Amino acid sequence: MLPNPVEMDSVVDAIELSQVKGRSLWADARTRFMRNKAAVVSLILLAFVALFALFGGYLAEWERDFVDFSLTGRNAHLGVPSFETGHFFGTDNNGRDLYARVVQGTGISLMVGIVGAMVAVVVGTLYGATAGYFGGRLDGIMMRIVDVLMSIPFMFVLILMLVIFGRSILMLFLGIGLISWLDMARIARGQTLTIKNKEFVEVAVATGVHPIKIILRHIVPNLLGIVIVYATLLVPNMIIFESFISFLGLGVQEPNTSLGALINEGAGTMQYGTLWQIAFPLFFFVVTIFAFFFVGDGLRDALDPKDR
Amino acid sequence: MFSFVARRLAVAIPTLLILVVLSFILMYAAPGGPFNSERPLPPEVLANIEAKYGLDQPFWKRIYDYIVGVVLHFDFGPSFKFKDRSVNDIIAQGFPVTLTYGSIAFLVAIVVGVSLGVAAAVKQNSWLDYLAVGISIGAQVLPNFVMAPILLLTFTLWLGWLPGGGWNGGQWEHLVMPVIALSTSYMASIARITRSSMLEVLNTNFIRTAQAKGLSMRRVIWKHAMKPAMLPVLSYLGPAFVGMITGSVVIDSFFSTGGIGTFFVNSAFTRDYSVMMGITILVGSLTILFNLLVDVLYAWIDPKIRY
Amino acid sequence: MGRFNGAFEREKFMTLKTTLKATTAAVLFLSGTAAFADSHATHPVTGETLATDQTFTYRDLDESPSIDPGKAEDAAGGDILRDLFEGLMAQDGDGNIVPGVATGYEVSDDKLTYTFTLRDNAKWSNGEPVVAGDFEYAWKRAASPELASPYSWYIELMSIENASAVIAGEMEPSELGVTATDDKTLVVKLTQPLPYFPQMVVHYTTFPVPRATIEEFGDDWTKPGNMVSNGAYILTEHVPQEKLVRERNVNYWDNENTIIEKTTSLVINDENVALTRFLAGELDRTEVPSGQFPALAAEYPDDIMSVPNACSYYYTVNMTDTGNPALQDANVRQALSMAVDRDVIVENVLAGGQKPAYTFTHWATAGFETPDIPMASMTQAERNAKAVEMMEAAGYNKDNPLSVDLIYNTSDAHKGIAIAISQMWKQTLGVETQLSNEEWQVFLETRGNQDYQVARAGWCADYNEASTFLDLMQSESGYNDAKYNNPEVDALLAHAKTADNPQADYTAVEQFIAQDTPIIPIYHYSADKMLRGTVKGWAYDNFQQNWYSKDLYRVVGE
Repeated sequence: MLPNPVEMDSVVDAIELSQVKGRSLWADARTRFMRNKAAVVSLILLAFVALFALFGGYLAEWERDFVDFSLTGRNAHLGVPSFETGHFFGTDNNGRDLYARVVQGTGISLMVGIVGAMVAVVVGTLYGATAGYFGGRLDGIMMRIVDVLMSIPFMFVLILMLVIFGRSILMLFLGIGLISWLDMARIARGQTLTIKNKEFVEVAVATGVHPIKIILRHIVPNLLGIVIVYATLLVPNMIIFESFISFLGLGVQEPNTSLGALINEGAGTMQYGTLWQIAFPLFFFVVTIFAFFFVGDGLRDALDPKDR
Repeated sequence: MFSFVARRLAVAIPTLLILVVLSFILMYAAPGGPFNSERPLPPEVLANIEAKYGLDQPFWKRIYDYIVGVVLHFDFGPSFKFKDRSVNDIIAQGFPVTLTYGSIAFLVAIVVGVSLGVAAAVKQNSWLDYLAVGISIGAQVLPNFVMAPILLLTFTLWLGWLPGGGWNGGQWEHLVMPVIALSTSYMASIARITRSSMLEVLNTNFIRTAQAKGLSMRRVIWKHAMKPAMLPVLSYLGPAFVGMITGSVVIDSFFSTGGIGTFFVNSAFTRDYSVMMGITILVGSLTILFNLLVDVLYAWIDPKIRY
Repeated sequence: MGRFNGAFEREKFMTLKTTLKATTAAVLFLSGTAAFADSHATHPVTGETLATDQTFTYRDLDESPSIDPGKAEDAAGGDILRDLFEGLMAQDGDGNIVPGVATGYEVSDDKLTYTFTLRDNAKWSNGEPVVAGDFEYAWKRAASPELASPYSWYIELMSIENASAVIAGEMEPSELGVTATDDKTLVVKLTQPLPYFPQMVVHYTTFPVPRATIEEFGDDWTKPGNMVSNGAYILTEHVPQEKLVRERNVNYWDNENTIIEKTTSLVINDENVALTRFLAGELDRTEVPSGQFPALAAEYPDDIMSVPNACSYYYTVNMTDTGNPALQDANVRQALSMAVDRDVIVENVLAGGQKPAYTFTHWATAGFETPDIPMASMTQAERNAKAVEMMEAAGYNKDNPLSVDLIYNTSDAHKGIAIAISQMWKQTLGVETQLSNEEWQVFLETRGNQDYQVARAGWCADYNEASTFLDLMQSESGYNDAKYNNPEVDALLAHAKTADNPQADYTAVEQFIAQDTPIIPIYHYSADKMLRGTVKGWAYDNFQQNWYSKDLYRVVGE
C-alpha cells in the first residue's frame, strides 16, 4: 500500500545529481513537470478538490448535521439530488444533506491524508537523518529497530489501539502516521549517508556546529526533494487507509464524517436504490487519489533526469 | 547467504517477543473485560470465570505463563469468547481458509498484474498501454468494501451465477468473488510497478544492444528484460502479502468465508485476548517469514546485492 | 460504519413466559398421523401441500459463543439448542408451556418442591433413554465453579436450594437442590415460591446433557460426530463463523411429527449482504435492515413479518455527580424526553412496526395496562412547547444552550437514532450534543461505572410480566445505570411482589418514571424479519420469539 521504496531509488539518484549540479535542477524539474500533461491536469483537479473542501460549505444550503425529519427514511424517493430542494447531492438515510457532508468528508479525508503523511515524513526524516548522520553503533541499533517494527502487522495494532483508547482524529493521525514512517526513515538514512560526506557538512562539523543543528540546517533541507515525492505518494495511501478504518467502524465520530465513512454507508445502501449516496463521495475519493498518484508520479519523473 | 538468513531469523525472535508484549499490554490496559455483558454477572460467577482463565493472576504471571505456553507447547490457550474452543482450534479452522483464497488472489494479482504491466510497457503509449494503465488505476482506487457489494449484487442477485457467500470447503464457486475482490488492488499496483520498471529496463543500453542485434522482442523480454524488471515487483510482494491478510477482514465480512479476518476483528471488539493475540502472533510470524523469503529471492535474482 | 460491532450486542434474552394457560392445551403434538414419504404429502393438521424440499436456512449475525447448554449465553445459541436438545418443558407458537421431556409436574403445597415426571420414550440420539439423572447432572454441572459458566446465575435465578452457595464454591455441586429419585422422576427444591418456575425450565441452561459423552470427549463433546443430543435434530456440521447444520434425529420420541429435515444457520455479519442473499433465494429468514421495512414490505409482502418483541429501547440519564450537573435537574431531563419526537423515530428512522414508548414497560407485556402518562396524550408541538418552557425555567435557551454527551454502542441502527434525537434536541431546545460510539464491551464498562451523561440502553423481558422491566428502577438494582433512587418507587415495587393485582403499583411507578425521568423511553421493539412465505408454522405470537425447527414446514409455493 505504501510507495514502493525501490521506485524511490531513482529519485534519490536524481537528487544526488541535483546537489552536484546546484539548484538549477529544481528549475529543470519544474519544466519537466509542466510538460507532463497528466500531472498538470491532476494538480489542477487537486486544487479544485481542495477548494471544494475549503469553501464548498459556503454553497451548501443545509448544515451538514441538520436532519430534515420529513426526509428521514424516505430518501429513496424524496432525497434525490436536486437543485430545487437545495440538496445538490441528495440526502442520506438520516435525512441529512449529502452535499454538505461530502464537503466535510473530503476535508477530513484530505486532512487525514496530509497530516498522516506529514507525521510519517517528519518522524521518518528526522529518525533517518539522525541514524545516518551519527552512523556506527547508533545507526545499527536504530535501523535494527526499524527492521523489527517493520515486521509488526501494524494494521492489527492500529485496530487494537482504536478499540482500546477510543477513537479520535488525533489517534487516527498518530496511528496512521506511525505506521508509515519506517520506509521514510530508511530512505532518509541512505540519503544522509551520502550528504554527510559533502564539503559543506564537513565544514560545519569542523567549525564545531552542534550535531542537531547540522542535521536540521544542512542535512534535512537537502532531503527535501525526496521527501516531497514520498509525501505526495503517501497521501492517497493514507486516505485509502482511513477508508478501511472507517469500514471497520473505527473512523471519525458522528456527526463528523470522512469520504471513507460516506462510501461505506453508500455501499451498504446501494441495493436500495440510493445510488447517489455512493456515487458522490466515491467520485471525490477517486479523483483525489488519482490526482495524487499522477502528481506524485509526475514529481518523481520530473526529479529523475533519466529520459523515459 | 546462510549467515544472512541466520541473522534475520535472530532478529525475528525479539520482534515476535516485542509483538507479544506490546499486544498483551494493550489488551491489559483496555477498558472493558471479555466477560462484561448487559446483565452484569454476579461477582461469584465472575470470580469463577476469571479463575478458570487465570485472569485473577498478577500481570507478570499471566504474561509469563502465556509466553511459556506459546513457546514450549505451541498452545495459545482457550478462547475467552468461544467457550467450546481453543485458539489453536480457531486458527486451525480459519487460517487455511484465508491462506487458500489469499494465495490464489496473490497468484492472480501477480500473473495478471505482471502481464498487464509488461504489455503496457512494450506497447508504450498505445491503446493497450492506456487501457492497462486505466484498468490498473481504476482497480487501485476502488476500495474492496465497495467492490465486494458490487460483485455480490451483480453475480448473486442479478445474474444468479454465484453463491453469495460461505466457504463449503473451498469449492470454486465460493472462491471467485473473494479472489476478485481481494486481488484487484494488488494486481493494479503490480501492473503499475511492472510497467515503470520494464520501461526503465527496456531503455537501458544492454537491451537496446540486444534489439539492435536483431533478437526478437519476445526473446529480449523473456531472456533479458524480465529478470531485472521484476526486482521492484518482488520488493512489493512483502507488503502486498500482509495487505492480503488484512484484506481478509473485508472478505470474511462480506462473503462469510470464515477466515481469520473475522476472528481477528471480532476478537479485538469482544476483548477475546487470547484469540486476538494468537492471530497477531501468527500474522507477525508470517510477515517476518515472507519478508525473509522475498529478501532471499531478491538476493538470488540480483547478484549485485551482497549481504 | 460499524459493520462488525453490532454483532456483539447481545441483549440478554431468555425464554421465560408467565402466560399461565393450561399446559394441556398443546394441540400441535398430534401423534402418528402421516408419513411424508411421497412428494405430495400434506400437513397433518392444516392439509397444506408440503414441498419436496424440507430444509430451512436462516441467518445468524454472529457465531454463538457456545452450543454447550451449560455454557451457552446468547439468543442465537438458544435457537440452535432448542433444536438439538429438549428440556423438561417447551413452548408452542403462542408461547404457552407444553410438555417436553417431562409429561407434567406436581407442586407441593408449600410451592417449594416441584416433581417432574419424564416420558418413557424420550431417547438420546445414540438410542440411550433420557433419564432424570441426565437433568440432575446437567443442572449441577451448570452451577459448578469448575465449568465457570457465564449463565450459572440462571440456576440461582431459579431459586434452587443451595444454588448460590454452590456457585460461590462454598458447597459441592452435589448439594444442589435437584435429585433424580428414579429414572423417570426429578425432584427440585426451591428456596422461595416462584409462580413462573415451570416457564423457567424451557430455557437452554436447564436442558439435559449426556454425561458419558462429556466425560469421553471433554470440551470437544459439542463437535459434530461427538455430540449426542435429545432434541428433534442432531448436529451434523459446524464450521465456526460460517455455518451450523442440524438434521432430523430419528431417535427423537416425536420424530414422526417432525417435517423439516435439515436446518442450517449461516453466519453473515453484514445485514445488507444477508438481505441480498435472501433475495437471491439462499436464505429463508434474515433481519430487515433498519429503515428498509416499508420498501421491502411493499415489494415482498408475503416474505416479511413484524410482531411485537419483548424489549424496550431507552436512553438512560446519569443522575449521579459524575454526570452532567444540569441533568440532575428533573426539569431538564423531562424537557429532553419531551423533545424526542418518538413518532419520527418509529415511523421514519425505524419504520418497522415498533411503537413509540412513553412508558418503560413494553405495551404488549402480559397483564400490563399502559398507564396514562400526560406526555403521551399531547401532540408533539405541545410537548416541544412544554420542553422549551421547562428548559428555560432551568436557565437554558438557545442563547445559553445546554451541552450534553450521548454515548451509544456501535451499530447503524443506534447511530441513526442518536443522530435523529441529537437533532431533535438541537432544533427544539438548542441543546448541543456530542455523540460518541463505543464498542460493546467498552460501552458496558463506561455505562456501568456512571462514566457518562446520557447513554443508549435496551432491556428485554426475562419473563412476560411488567416487573421484569420495572425492577430496573429499584434503587439497588444492578442494572439501574441511571442510579435512580426514589424510596417511593422502591416501596411500590416491593408491594407489587405480593399484591394480588400489582397494576396499581406499576401505574404509579411508570408515573414516577415519567416525572423524574431517570430514563427516556423511546420505543418498544418489534421483531422485523424477512421470512420466506412458503415457510409455515412460525412462532409469530411467541412474545420472546422462541421458535423450534420441528414446528416449521415448507409448503409448495405458487
